Amino acid sequence: MTIALETKGLVKRFGGLVATDNVSFKLEQGARHALIGPNGAGKTTFINLLTGVIKPTAGQIYLEGQEITGLRPELRVQRGLARTFQINQLFPAMTPLETIGLAVSERTGGGRDWWRVTGSKREIIDEIVEIAQRFRLTDVLDERTSNLAYGKQRLLEIAVAFACKPRVLLLDEPAAGVPEAERHELLATVAALPRDVSVLLIEHDMDLVFSFADRISVLVNGALFTEGTVEEVSTDPRVRAVYLGESVDE
Amino acid sequence: MSTNVADYVRTTLVRRGRWGIGEIVFWLIAAATLYFLPERHLILNEIAIIGLFALSLDLILGYAGIVSLGHAAFFGLGAYTAGILARDGIADPLLGLGAAAIAAAILGFVTSFLVLRGSDLTKLMVTLGVALVLGEIANQASWLTGGADGLQGITMGPILGLFEFDIFGTTAYAYSLTVTFLLFIVARRIVVSPYGLSLRSIRDNPLKARAVGIPVNHRLVAVYTLAAAYAGVAGALLAQTTQFVSLDVLAFHRSADVMLVLVIGGVGYLYGGLIGAIVFKVLQDVISAWTPQYWQFWIGLILVIIVLVGRERLTERVRVLWKGAAGRTAKSPETLQKTSAREV
Repeated sequence: MTIALETKGLVKRFGGLVATDNVSFKLEQGARHALIGPNGAGKTTFINLLTGVIKPTAGQIYLEGQEITGLRPELRVQRGLARTFQINQLFPAMTPLETIGLAVSERTGGGRDWWRVTGSKREIIDEIVEIAQRFRLTDVLDERTSNLAYGKQRLLEIAVAFACKPRVLLLDEPAAGVPEAERHELLATVAALPRDVSVLLIEHDMDLVFSFADRISVLVNGALFTEGTVEEVSTDPRVRAVYLGESVDE
Repeated sequence: MSTNVADYVRTTLVRRGRWGIGEIVFWLIAAATLYFLPERHLILNEIAIIGLFALSLDLILGYAGIVSLGHAAFFGLGAYTAGILARDGIADPLLGLGAAAIAAAILGFVTSFLVLRGSDLTKLMVTLGVALVLGEIANQASWLTGGADGLQGITMGPILGLFEFDIFGTTAYAYSLTVTFLLFIVARRIVVSPYGLSLRSIRDNPLKARAVGIPVNHRLVAVYTLAAAYAGVAGALLAQTTQFVSLDVLAFHRSADVMLVLVIGGVGYLYGGLIGAIVFKVLQDVISAWTPQYWQFWIGLILVIIVLVGRERLTERVRVLWKGAAGRTAKSPETLQKTSAREV
């Protein structure tokens, strides 16, 4: 199996606090991999290191074999590493159509194009349509994003990341806060992501983790605690002790 | 199904680039004033120039979310560049405009790196500081600028070698209006292009813009440089059409006025600057004719009402008529408060 995303000895210290502790992690091509861990385990820090929002104290990050440790966030996106945010990060004053159109234009190098009207190219239109249908946004395309139902906003959040045509997609709690009625639509969409995109799912929701992932890594106190198949991890008594136990009890 | 959606997507996107009836009428009326209001050409000339200056501010504030209290730095630099060139014998107006645009663009490019960082407050202070520094340089370098006495001895040649400036300001107004219109067309294309869309996304949410792969800093540098060039051209127009430049072009009140003009007209839909300039100048004219000492009191009061009550509610009726035009350029005019909320 080829490796889509890899970290070697990744460390991040904030003063005296070790937020990421020597993490060596591999995401295989086409994987459905979940990263779990109790609150404060350093999941968000890890994501921020991967996407380049913060710089590691030590260690390297590789995307499809190429080192990206020092690369600026937007260049990582252009190389094929996209993410969604745990709390929606959208463009409130823009429509979903404009948002997806923006992401597609940027990826195809149209972002420097200042003379043509957005949407005058056939390929871009086709791709916007495909993404809008995949993420069930066709009926709200021309609404103001801030007026969308929360579930739709969540779908748009993933749609935008997907529009960047990622090789690796980092999903940060995609179902967080979505009301029960809109949840099914969201989960179905996530499950239907094409297999050539490798997905790393950061999640609290164990139902979603077990239904979606084929491998699970457990992060505790910034370090990789264990890794294995869903089977192995869910039956590991140590994992139950540090993580599942408190989740089941709640 | 799929082709229907594709058609819908294309027409919805392309619609934004089309000119609305309201817009065409706006420019036709502007052109008609060349014939129908001959005794008002001096003030109309000023309106066109302030409109262009405010349009320039709208490019950075309304579309990229960069607040500035020192936009006069570029206006003033453009005015002095065109003025000094004309004084020293290069009397061709268009050459002067080009030189002013380049000079202002260079200053804009260099200072853009200062305004990229920091909060809105930092940006306000940095832009304010740049304008103050420039104002003091112009004051001290009196051998070049005439200092506090102003730059005198400007004589302009005919535009394109054909049209001489006249004392009624008709040529001046036609010239300023044409330049403003042409630069407006360019700005209008830019804001509906993918580049313009990326600017709006940066204004809305810079963190997300980066996550979509947008090189945020490059885009901001580019638009800041462009807006500086626009402001430089506006300044050059003032210098050329009034054949005089004083330190006033770099003064703080220039920067404040242009912000005022833009807020009155509405931020983020390009026409805001133009409409604001008309309202501002006409109000100034009417109120100061009625009560010369206290006109600033009234303009201040109007500003407070606009910001507190909201332009949307004040102009609801007008905007229904305008809808065709405004809806196509941007979703809705944003107020200043919304711009600062972006910090969250």
